[in-house]
Amino acid sequence: MRNTFIDTLTELAAADPRIWLVTGDLGFSVLERFAERFPGRYLNVGVAEQNMTGMAAGISTTGKVVFTYSIANFPVMRCLEQVRNDICYHNLNVKIVAVGGGFGYGSAGYTHHGLEDLAVMSALPNMTVLAPGDPVETRLAVRAIVQHPAPCYLRLGKGGEPVVHTSEPRFEIGKAIPLMSGKDLTLISTGGILSIVMSAARALEAAGFSVGVLSMPTVSPLDRDAVLAAAAASRALLTVEEHAPGGLGSRVAEALAVAGAGIPFAMLTADRSHLHLAGSQDYLRDHSGLSLEAILAKARDLLASGRNAG
Amino acid sequence: MTDPHLDTRAFAKSIRKHALRMVHRANTSHIGTCLSMADLLAALYTQVLNIDPAQPAWAARDRLILSKGHGAAILYAALAERGFFPPDWLETFSQDGSLLTGHVNHRVPGIDFSTGSLGHGLSVACGMAIAARRDAAAYRVFALLSDGELDEGSTWEPILFAPQYRLDNLVAIVDFNKIQSFGTVAEVLELQPLADKWRACRWAVREIDGHDHTQIAAALRDLPFEPGKPSVIIAHTVKGKGVSYMEGQLAWHYKAPNAQQLAQALAEVDAAP
Repeated sequence: MRNTFIDTLTELAAADPRIWLVTGDLGFSVLERFAERFPGRYLNVGVAEQNMTGMAAGISTTGKVVFTYSIANFPVMRCLEQVRNDICYHNLNVKIVAVGGGFGYGSAGYTHHGLEDLAVMSALPNMTVLAPGDPVETRLAVRAIVQHPAPCYLRLGKGGEPVVHTSEPRFEIGKAIPLMSGKDLTLISTGGILSIVMSAARALEAAGFSVGVLSMPTVSPLDRDAVLAAAAASRALLTVEEHAPGGLGSRVAEALAVAGAGIPFAMLTADRSHLHLAGSQDYLRDHSGLSLEAILAKARDLLASGRNAG
Repeated sequence: MTDPHLDTRAFAKSIRKHALRMVHRANTSHIGTCLSMADLLAALYTQVLNIDPAQPAWAARDRLILSKGHGAAILYAALAERGFFPPDWLETFSQDGSLLTGHVNHRVPGIDFSTGSLGHGLSVACGMAIAARRDAAAYRVFALLSDGELDEGSTWEPILFAPQYRLDNLVAIVDFNKIQSFGTVAEVLELQPLADKWRACRWAVREIDGHDHTQIAAALRDLPFEPGKPSVIIAHTVKGKGVSYMEGQLAWHYKAPNAQQLAQALAEVDAAP
């Protein structure tokens, strides 16, 4: 995803002189292709996320579209107050990009895991929060946020995420992307775990169930209409995200509760009871309850119970 | 644009009196920090800043970021005196429904950026300054800092950054009144030798008496102090300057003058040379 991101941004920047890229000294071997073509619109501020974020705000006041770039939590939490006060309060045209969402930097340890970013960013005013599901959604998301003159947060995988979309879907900020539709269960996914969710859906279909999949590249504002439509079309809903409670699942639950849409519902989130472990992204997904098997087990519970399986 | 007809000394008196009345009416804090930077603001808004009250968002204007956003009252007063909005707006300071919040608000005409949490302003100013440089725009960016906010690590990130990119269109001004929230700077977290710290970070430094109008004017006229370097003016000031019972008194970081104290304060400001 990060290669797709930088290639898309570089392509857009060739036609749009407003686009700037600011990094906190991360992105080695990735950002060079932008920096070499547009040195006058590239800045490495050093290992200083607060300055990166405050400066991005200042630059954007002069009519620029400013991307900040760093790893997992660094552009989000280290500088959270700059994001809140300097960017969101002023409703500035700054795009915060975090690579390695979820367990992307798995073996690096919990300091480098992005497990709370969607919740934190979704709490802020004026902020649009995106977590594309594959490289195709990533390309479309980058194009869309450049055209959206307000703060955006873009959570990306670290790299190597499989392509899920066989053709380019219609992409609009705040709109879900339906991939499959089914009467028994709809799986709702955000971020790079989409390919595993698709595998789960196919396995359930092979077992005779009618299963839908909604990819939610925008977490905030949530596409409530799509959630409620899925709740009307299928007997149960299951959300899956590589994130702690407070992200997609919580927001879907809120939408269902507010609408009074009583439906069997469960949310799979990352279990954080083993924060101290090293491991690959796959290992840590499995270990935190986000394996293909865990998704299938939770789906079967929901399908069997016909009631809220929590 | 500056206004040659404005008298800096009279302007300073006028904004001091506005701030005293505003803080009294609203019963709010921070009069001491307003008065310590009154003379600096008066010089900036009468002699230095290239601004147009009829076009607050004029793209070519000089920017001023009040990083010590709690000094809002006297900056609003300066903007009203320069005609950015009617002076009667000042009566709404900190009142229900007013835009004139207790820390500066960018929705008020003439305010370039909202601040309040300390340690944000210099980064934002750096961003504006590097954008100006790369756009080949001539405007300058001023950031007015408190001494207390030099405790914030985030202030030192742009202090390291600005010289790296030779931002000589950036000017930091430190209102060094030497009193912070719980006591003197020396007692809480000593900053001295402050000029040496900025020099070591590759800034061009000048120390002045922040109440001496001749020294203030000279420093602001000489910017940038060295081509290719950002400039910092360390202005030695007195918290509560101009009101005898407030000068150097920590309590006036918090208290608002009562009616009798206000009358005395206004009389003292009027009587000053």
